[in-house]
Amino acid sequence: MTESAKGYAHPYRPLALAIAALLCLTALTVSLSRFDLGALKIAAALTIAAVKATLVLLVFMRIGKTGKAVPISFIATIIILAIFIGFIFFDIAYR
Amino acid sequence: MSVHTDDTGSRIGMWIFLYTEIMLFGGLFILYAAYYHRYAQDFIAAGSETELVLGTLNTAILLTSSFAVAASVEAMRRKASSLAIILLCFAVMLGAVFLFNKYLEWSRDFAIGYYPGSDLMVDGPKGQSIFFALYFVLTGLHALHVIIGMGILCACLILTAKKRITSEKMILLDNAGLFWHLVDIIWIFLFPLFYLLH
Repeated sequence: MTESAKGYAHPYRPLALAIAALLCLTALTVSLSRFDLGALKIAAALTIAAVKATLVLLVFMRIGKTGKAVPISFIATIIILAIFIGFIFFDIAYR
Repeated sequence: MSVHTDDTGSRIGMWIFLYTEIMLFGGLFILYAAYYHRYAQDFIAAGSETELVLGTLNTAILLTSSFAVAASVEAMRRKASSLAIILLCFAVMLGAVFLFNKYLEWSRDFAIGYYPGSDLMVDGPKGQSIFFALYFVLTGLHALHVIIGMGILCACLILTAKKRITSEKMILLDNAGLFWHLVDIIWIFLFPLFYLLH
């Protein structure tokens, strides 16, 4: 069976599952913010945000289906941003 | 004479533009992180003053509009251009609702005095003033992107209605969708930083 024929049965299913997961994760992150988790709170909120962003990238933006150039350059961009953040925190933490 | 087009090149070009957007917002996120590190208590106190209900509602609205655009692109790929138009209309409408909520939220903030330079901010803790300055810059820049995104989606709507965007020639719609999804991703990160600090 070809990919298009296989996809035709439930063309919008991955999108529907993704939006359901995104809304559930939003409910989860709001609920978690009500608890006193201390330093973990912001880490938990940002981890959930990263999972949501990954879902959008993979399902809505189809980043994995656009050849190798896009995923590789995207990861490189995020690594460069992480290096910026890392160096700035070296400066702030040991000033 | 036929015009040469290169969909792969256009798509990669769009992604490179999105990387510049990531760096633009990334720089502001770094600023937020640096000030959070310095004024953690003030940030947490100020963060509990933002409108959690409207923020959460706007998150759901923007996620749903992103879904509508992704579904519209999928519909167009399957030659269902009428469905694609309906979904695009829905996405633009949700964008307008998002902006209306933002208007309600900012009106409330201004009425209370949560804006840089107000008496409340000048007399209050420094971290609180910085938090609200970052809040207006980041959510304002994001709202500007929502307005631009809505304009691009409206252009796609008209071009689809005029049959200038078709299942064979849909790179513009594809790229418009990528922009809208990135605006959504930026909001996904803004939401915990400004609404969930309690």
